[in-house]
Amino acid sequence: MALRIVGLSPPSQPPRAWWWGFAALFAAFLLTMPIYFDIAVLFSVTNYLVLALLALSMSFLWGYGGMLSFGQTAFFGLGGYTYAVMALNLHETTGAMIVAIVLPMLFAAVLGYFMIYGRISDIYFSVITLVVTLILEKGIRATSGDQYVVGSVRLNGQNGIPTTPALQVPWNPKVQLEIDDVFYLAAILLVLTYVGLRLLLITRFGRILVSIRDNERRSALLGYDTRRYKLLAFVIAAGVAGLGGAMWGVWGNFVGPNMFNLGQAAQVVIWVIVGGKSTLIGPIGGTIAVQYLTDWLGTQGVGQVSLVLGIVLMVMVMLFQQGLLPSVGLIAAMARDALSGARRHRAPP
Amino acid sequence: MSDEIILETRGLEKRFGGVRAIADVSFKLRRGELRCLIGPNGAGKSTFFKMLTAQLKPTSGQILFESKEITRLEAHEIGRRGIGIKNQVPDVYDGLSVRENIWLAASVRARPTLARAKVDEVMARLELEPLADRLVGELAHGQRQWVEFGMVTAREPKVILLDEPTAGMSAEETSRTAALIREANKLATIVVVEHDMQFIRQIARTVTVFHQGAILAEDTMENIQKNQTVKDVYLGKSGRA
Amino acid sequence: MDDVAIYAYQIGLSFAIFILISLGLAVIFGMMRVINLAQGEFLMLGAYFCTLITKAGVDLWISFFLAALAVGVFGMIVERVMIRYLYGRILDTLLATWGLSLFLVGGVTTIFGPQSESVAATLGQVTVGAFGISLYNLVVIAFALALLLGTYALWRYTRFGLVVRGTMQNPAMAAALGVNTGLVYTLTFGFGSAITGLAGAVLAPIVGAAPPMGVFFIGKAFITVISAGHLPLLGTISASGLYGVIDGVVAYISSSVIGEMTVLFVAIILLRLLPLGITGRMRRGI
Ligand SMILES: Nc1ncnc2c1ncn2[C@@H]1O[C@H](COP(=O)(O)OP(=O)(O)OP(=O)(O)O)[C@@H](O)[C@H]1O
Ligand SMILES: [Mg+2]
Repeated sequence: MALRIVGLSPPSQPPRAWWWGFAALFAAFLLTMPIYFDIAVLFSVTNYLVLALLALSMSFLWGYGGMLSFGQTAFFGLGGYTYAVMALNLHETTGAMIVAIVLPMLFAAVLGYFMIYGRISDIYFSVITLVVTLILEKGIRATSGDQYVVGSVRLNGQNGIPTTPALQVPWNPKVQLEIDDVFYLAAILLVLTYVGLRLLLITRFGRILVSIRDNERRSALLGYDTRRYKLLAFVIAAGVAGLGGAMWGVWGNFVGPNMFNLGQAAQVVIWVIVGGKSTLIGPIGGTIAVQYLTDWLGTQGVGQVSLVLGIVLMVMVMLFQQGLLPSVGLIAAMARDALSGARRHRAPP
Repeated sequence: MSDEIILETRGLEKRFGGVRAIADVSFKLRRGELRCLIGPNGAGKSTFFKMLTAQLKPTSGQILFESKEITRLEAHEIGRRGIGIKNQVPDVYDGLSVRENIWLAASVRARPTLARAKVDEVMARLELEPLADRLVGELAHGQRQWVEFGMVTAREPKVILLDEPTAGMSAEETSRTAALIREANKLATIVVVEHDMQFIRQIARTVTVFHQGAILAEDTMENIQKNQTVKDVYLGKSGRA
Repeated sequence: MDDVAIYAYQIGLSFAIFILISLGLAVIFGMMRVINLAQGEFLMLGAYFCTLITKAGVDLWISFFLAALAVGVFGMIVERVMIRYLYGRILDTLLATWGLSLFLVGGVTTIFGPQSESVAATLGQVTVGAFGISLYNLVVIAFALALLLGTYALWRYTRFGLVVRGTMQNPAMAAALGVNTGLVYTLTFGFGSAITGLAGAVLAPIVGAAPPMGVFFIGKAFITVISAGHLPLLGTISASGLYGVIDGVVAYISSSVIGEMTVLFVAIILLRLLPLGITGRMRRGI
C-alpha cells in the first residue's frame, strides 16, 4: 500500500509523462556531474553507480518477483571474474563484457531450474542462494595455488586479480576508457537498465511476474506456468548483476573474492530495504546513501563497519517495514492528509 | 445440455495422514450442467475441488476431463485446458487494481486487443467499472468475491468450480450472484458448493450430497429434500439445514 | 584394515561435526520455524566463551557447560527482544537475524580483534597403523552422539518435550490448555541456542575461535536442516549421515572446499527430487 501513499503508480501501469521527465532529469543530472565535480569525486560516484546496478537487480527480483535472492552478489562476483579472465585471455574487452553478462545468466538458469522447478518455498530459495554464495566465495578463496588457472590467468585465491583490464572502445580497441569515460558509461548503463526494467514491468511478462508475487496460486490456477516466469526473472536479474560485476572490475581494475562476500550481500539487501523495494528508483537512492555512509564511517575509524550495518539492518526490519525513503513519504502523506482533513473541517458544510 | 461427460472422477481418494478426506468418489458431470454440491462441514467438498484443479494431489484414483486423463497435470495445465475455480477463501490479487485482476485472467488465452475487450465486457457485466482502479485489497468482502467471479469467467473456462460463492453476502447480493451464475451457465458447465438451501433451490437441477468424503446421494433438489438419509446427516450430525 | 578404520574415523568425525553444527538449528528452524541466520555466530560465541572461561583457569570440561549456559541465556534474551516480534514473518526474521549476525561478528572483532583464539585439549593420540588419531576427536564424536540422544530423550520422554512439541504444532490449542506458550518459545529457543553454544565450545579445541567462524559452518548447517524435512531430529540424523559420508570422503581425497561443494550439489539435486526433504513423506516421528 506504500505505493499509493508515496504517490507512485502501481508497478505495472505505464509510466506517466512526469516519470519520463524525471528519468530525463536524472540522466541529465548524472551526465553533467563531471562539470561540477573533480575526478576523485567522479571516481567514487562511479562506484556507487555500478553498485546501484546490483541494487537494481535485487530490487527487481525481490520487489517485483517476490524472490529474495542472496545470490545476486554471487552473480556480481561471477560477472567480475568472467570479465577479468576473458579480457586477459582474449586481449579484447567487448566480448569479455558480453560473456560476463551471459555466464551469470546461464548459471542462474541452471540453479534457478533446480530451485524453482523443484517448487521449494520462498524461504528455502533465499537460504539456498545464500549457501551457494557462501560456497562460491570459499571456492574462489581456495584458488591460490598455481594449478588454478583459466587459460593464461591465475585466479589468485584471496588476492583476486589486480590486473583486470580497462575497457576498450568496441570499434577502436586501441583506445581505453579513462576514469571519466567509465563514469559516463556507468551512468548511461544505470539509466538504461533502470528505464529498461521499468518498461519490462508493463509488458505482459512484467505484469504476470507481479501477479505471481501477489498470489502465485491464483496465477497458476488461471493457467500461467508461474515457474517459467520466475525463472526468467531470476535469469534477467542475474544478467544485470553480472553487468554490475564486470563494470566494477572495469572501475577498480580489480576483482576479488570479497565480491561474493556475505557482508557484500548484506549491503545489497540494506540498500534495497533503505530505498524501499516497492520502487526501482528507491534502491538506487538507497545504494548511494548507504554507500556514502559506509565510506564515511570507514574514514571515521569506526572500525567495524559490519557492526553498524548489522544494527542498521535490525533497526530497518524491526521499525521501518516499508523502507526508509517510503517511510518518510508515508509520514509526509499522513501529515498532508491531516492538514487537508483539517482544512475540510473548516470549510462550511 | 448434452449427454457428453465433460468431467469425471474414478475412485478418487485423498488421505491427510490418517484422515480419509475423500474416499472412493466416482463422479460424473455432463457438459452444460449446473450442479450443486452440498454436505456438512468437513464432508470433503473443498478437498474434492482442490484435487480437480491440482492444488492437491490425489492419493489414488483418476480424473478425466473431456475423456482425457488429467490426474497428474500441474495446476496451470489444468487451468489452460479450461477448468476454472473460485476457492472457498477469496483468492485474488490484493495488491493490484480491479481492472488488472480481470486483465490477468482474460489474457491467459486471448491476444492483447481481445483481452482488453473481454475485460471491459466482464467489468460491465459485473458492474465493477466504478471500482476499476481501486486496489482489490481495499474492497469489501462481497465485492472481492465478484472480482474473483469475474476473473474465473473472464478466461472462459469450460468448467467452472465455485466453492461457496455467496459466503458472507447479503440476501440481495446472493440473488444477484445466482443470476450471474445462471448467466455464466449458458457458456460453461458449473459446479457450485453451497450451504444455503434457498440459494440452491434458485439455481440447481441436480444436487450431489457429500458426506464423510463419499457421495451420499445424487438426485433432483426435490427428491434430495425428501431423502431421509440426507436429513439425518444434516440434522443429526451437524445441525444445519 | 587400517584404511577401513581410518575411513570409518573420517566419516564418523565428519558426521559428528554435521550433527553438532546443525542440531541447534534443527530445534530453532526445524521445530520452531525460526530462520536464524545468526546461528553460526551463536556457535562462535560458544567457542569464545569456552576459550575465555578456560583462560580464566576453569577446567575445559566445565567450561563447555558454562559456554552452553551462557549462549542459552543469550538466546533467550534474543528471543525476548527480537524474535518474539517476528513470529510468522519469516523473511523479516531472516533479515533481522542476519543483522544480528553481522552485529555479533563486528562486535566480537571489535572486542577481541580479528585473530583466532585457541584452546588446547591435550588428550594425546592413538595410532592406527601409520596414522595418528587425536583422542579428542573421538571425544567429539562421542559428544555428538550424546547430544543427539539427549535431545531425543528430552523431546520424546519428558513432559517438557511433549509440551514443546504440542505448542509448535498448535500454539492456539496449547494456550487453550493452559500452556504458557510465550515461555515455551523462549525456552525452546534458549535450548536450541544452548546446544549450538555447546557445539561451538566442543569444536573450539579443533578449530579455535575466530569472528568469521560462524560463516564457515552456517552453510552446512542450513543445507542439513533444509534437507531434513519436517521431522527435525530424524531428518537431521539422516541428512548428517548422508552429507557426513560425502563430505568426509570427498574432503579426504581432495579438499574441504571441494567436499563442501559436492555436498551443496547433492543437496540441490536432492531438493529437486524431494522438495519436502528426506522426511517429507514420513508421517510420524520427531
Ligand atoms: N490440508 C489438510 N490437512 C489435513 N486435513 C485436511 C486438510 N484439508 C482438509 N482436511 C480435512 O479434510 C476434511 C475435509 O475438509 P474440506 O475442507 O474438504 O471440507 P468441506 O466439505 O469443504 O467443509 P466446509 O463446508 O467446512 O468447507 C476435513 O476433515 C478436514 O479437516
Ligand atoms: Mg469447504
